[in-house]
Amino acid sequence: MSARLLADALAPADEAGVAASVRAAFEAGEPLLVQGNGSKRAMLRPVQAARALSAGALSGITLYSPQELVLSARAGTMVADLNAAVAAQGQQITAEIPDFSALLGSTAAPTLGGAVAANLSGPRRVAWGAMRDHVLGVRAVNGTGDIIRSGGRVLKNVTGLDLCKLLTGSHGTLAVLTEVTLKVLPVPERRATLVLRGLDPVQGVAALAAALGSPYGVSAAAYLPASVSHRVPGLNGAAALVRLEDFASFVAYRSERLRADLSAFGQVEVLDDAATLAAWAAVRDAAPLVDEPGAIWRVSVRPSAGPRIAAVLERMFDARWFLDWGGGLVWIAGPATAAAHDAVCAAAREAGGTWTLLRAPEALRAAVAVIPPEPAPLAAIARRVKAAFDPKGILNPGRLRAGE
Amino acid sequence: MITQLPPRQDVLARRDAIVAGLRRLLPPDGVIAEKLLLKPYETDGLTAYRQVPLAVVLPETTAQVAAIMAFLHREGVRVVPRGAGTSLSGGALPMQDAVVLGLMRMNRILEIDTADRLAVVQAGVTNIGITQAVQAEGFFYAPDPSSQLACMIGGNVNMNAGGAHCLRYGVTANNLLGLKIVTVDGQVIELGGAHLDAAGYDWLGLLTGSEGQLAIVTEVTVRILRSPEGARAMLAAFRANEVAGACVASIIASGIIPVALEFMDRPAIHACEAFAHAGYPLDAEAMLIIEVEGSPAEQDELLGRLRDICARHDPISVKVSSSVAESAAIWKGRKGAFGAVGRISPDYLCMDGVIPTSRLAEVLRRIGEMSAERGLQVANIFHAGDGNLHPLIMFDANDPDSFARAERFGADVLTLCVEVGGCLTGEHGVGVEKRDLMGVQFTATELDQQRRIKSAFDPGWLLNPSKVFPLQPAPA
Ligand SMILES: Cc1cc2nc3c(=O)[nH]c(=O)nc-3n(C[C@H](O)[C@H](O)[C@H](O)COP(=O)(O)OP(=O)(O)OC[C@H]3O[C@@H](n4cnc5c(N)ncnc54)[C@H](O)[C@@H]3O)c2cc1C
Repeated sequence: MSARLLADALAPADEAGVAASVRAAFEAGEPLLVQGNGSKRAMLRPVQAARALSAGALSGITLYSPQELVLSARAGTMVADLNAAVAAQGQQITAEIPDFSALLGSTAAPTLGGAVAANLSGPRRVAWGAMRDHVLGVRAVNGTGDIIRSGGRVLKNVTGLDLCKLLTGSHGTLAVLTEVTLKVLPVPERRATLVLRGLDPVQGVAALAAALGSPYGVSAAAYLPASVSHRVPGLNGAAALVRLEDFASFVAYRSERLRADLSAFGQVEVLDDAATLAAWAAVRDAAPLVDEPGAIWRVSVRPSAGPRIAAVLERMFDARWFLDWGGGLVWIAGPATAAAHDAVCAAAREAGGTWTLLRAPEALRAAVAVIPPEPAPLAAIARRVKAAFDPKGILNPGRLRAGE
Repeated sequence: MITQLPPRQDVLARRDAIVAGLRRLLPPDGVIAEKLLLKPYETDGLTAYRQVPLAVVLPETTAQVAAIMAFLHREGVRVVPRGAGTSLSGGALPMQDAVVLGLMRMNRILEIDTADRLAVVQAGVTNIGITQAVQAEGFFYAPDPSSQLACMIGGNVNMNAGGAHCLRYGVTANNLLGLKIVTVDGQVIELGGAHLDAAGYDWLGLLTGSEGQLAIVTEVTVRILRSPEGARAMLAAFRANEVAGACVASIIASGIIPVALEFMDRPAIHACEAFAHAGYPLDAEAMLIIEVEGSPAEQDELLGRLRDICARHDPISVKVSSSVAESAAIWKGRKGAFGAVGRISPDYLCMDGVIPTSRLAEVLRRIGEMSAERGLQVANIFHAGDGNLHPLIMFDANDPDSFARAERFGADVLTLCVEVGGCLTGEHGVGVEKRDLMGVQFTATELDQQRRIKSAFDPGWLLNPSKVFPLQPAPA
């Protein structure tokens, strides 16, 4: 199906071609579905567009300087290819980009542009920042067909307004990304995961908070309830997971110190490097919920509020769920109904958090607010900012919110 | 010399009425309008530029800020937000027809939560004040600009301040969770909060580093981190800038990311040594200060690896600290660098360009040539891991020609930074200082895109005018 879509899509071979396509659409006032390879089409709201514009043909690494920690690639470069290229130099993409293909039922290869447009960040987010924290520079085409750049290829840059951050996570509604520069970091020498079994969610998140509040540089912290834990390799039953990534001797020492510090919460087991990789890949890609039918939400709240949200939604609709980011990222599966959606939104709102309806049948995604509405003064600014990039509203109209 | 927008005569003519209106919104000591008392606000860290403002207001609450903004918006009066006024780019420089909105009385810590690892503070809390409020519990706020005793979190947010440790911990933008802002017409909006990554546009990211162009920041939610077990520094001295630069590349390539990696060239070493008597090697052309963190054994291991890497670059000397006191001695000269240069030359411009680290030696050589050609001394101090240069260009403020030459020299250095693939500013912001150089880094189309975003927040361009954007669109 994705192949057929791509065949219908405009797929310019270079940035100038993207600019020309957008310019033509601007002049015709014709909405575009903006995408990479379309692997995340099933996310957020469906877009009503005359045509698709794919950046998938803009491919290839344009700059990689390992000793400067910078990597630039065209937006259509496959995430898998980038991961391989940096791994060959002993480095990694810090954001630990999740692959939601299985979750979203997609067979298309995720691209860099898509990962950046969706601000996708994996478990390392809690310690090392989101995708948006690692985007050093972008090239993009705005809604009138102009090529714009922001940031650059150096690690620090405060020159002018930071459009890198604004475009990251804007889901193609402000501009079409054509090239992205990322800060990359060395691959750690060793990894290990501390596992505390049998804790209830509140105790589990307290243990994660203790670990994240330790001086040992914890790089990920998740809680899996018994109901879904068996989908994470190495687990069977409720577990709190804490990851260390560092030099080998550091990981050995820190594991022991953390084991002692967390002993009040119970027995600690340690997973080795290979088991750590497997377990966290599962957490990263939301494997615990992949086989659940219905809708999938991500709620981001203050970490200590995670267990309460899970408990409320379990009561409301028997939600399946797990927690990443120390408890602050609540992954939820439940019935694809407006009632379940309202319950998720209410729970997130009460905890002062934010939500995304990540997966649902098109009808539900079209009918409800897939992300929180903005307060009126901010919504007014948002409309003007959108118009500042895309005056005719032709880029991914309605992707984030109805009528925008 | 920078030109400013002409003052609005109608506003100057209504000054008394505007001041009276402000007095109705604030307690008596919250409005300053007397010439003598306005004087301290006439400049910021870029003291070469001065302008007494129309008035100064010092609100204590977000509600007062909102009332002030709504009033000034109705009256069509320009506003210059101000934290501690330590900006080195003239970001807080007043205008004759503008009201300075000082946030320094908004200095309360509102919430500390070590379990959720955050602090909520008002915009006028100092940078160090956040760390001081959480350090008893073993936490700290990571971005540490050298001005941290004075500068305020609202100013840090608006400049996206960095520090010596941002190679490991990131700059301000990477350590924020939420903001409370007041729009130009006085509406209060909360962005983000106690959670990570709000869905929708990254307003938090856009506001960070926006230099007072988009809104007034009144509250900030920051991430706090647990302090490391310990930290230790080492010092390595080299025979040439090229060699020190190659050593930096070897360190990064080895997979070690030190928490700090600072570079000083010969003039900087000499200035700092004369001032601080830190025991710096006077025979060296370049020197690195490298800091690592962890347990004592971890520090030993990293410092051992780093010593081996330095040894491969024919160092003149390598000194590894064995105690907190020795580390402090190594840092002493670097931390006093601005004061040290100030002793050689009371007036200097602190530049802030960024370059790809691979171009380091070449850029330092060209700066040296320019220094000789123009007869102006320069000392280079910079954050080597991320290529953020701070050339300190010395001049004599009593000699207008010397100042003009220093400004031209600075502009040429920044242009060079852009030419080699870098940028105009890494942490000090554009302000007035680099405003007219924006066309070196951006096309007219790109600047217009940024201007339209500014207009979306501030349609009448009342917020911090004459800064960041060239007054005239750059010629195509
Ligand atoms: C000796 C010295 C050393 C320095 N070292 C560093 C360093 O290591 N790293 C670094 O990054 N910087 C450094 N600086 C520069 C300066 O300290 C930073 O830019 C700092 O972030 C400014 O904070 P401030 O409170 O003084 O802000 P101000 O100078 O008062 O204002 C800075 C800008 O922000 C705006 N602003 C301030 N507060 C608000 C608010 N609440 N809402 C909206 N806009 C606002 C102002 O209009 C202005 O444009 C140094 C400065 C000095 C003098």
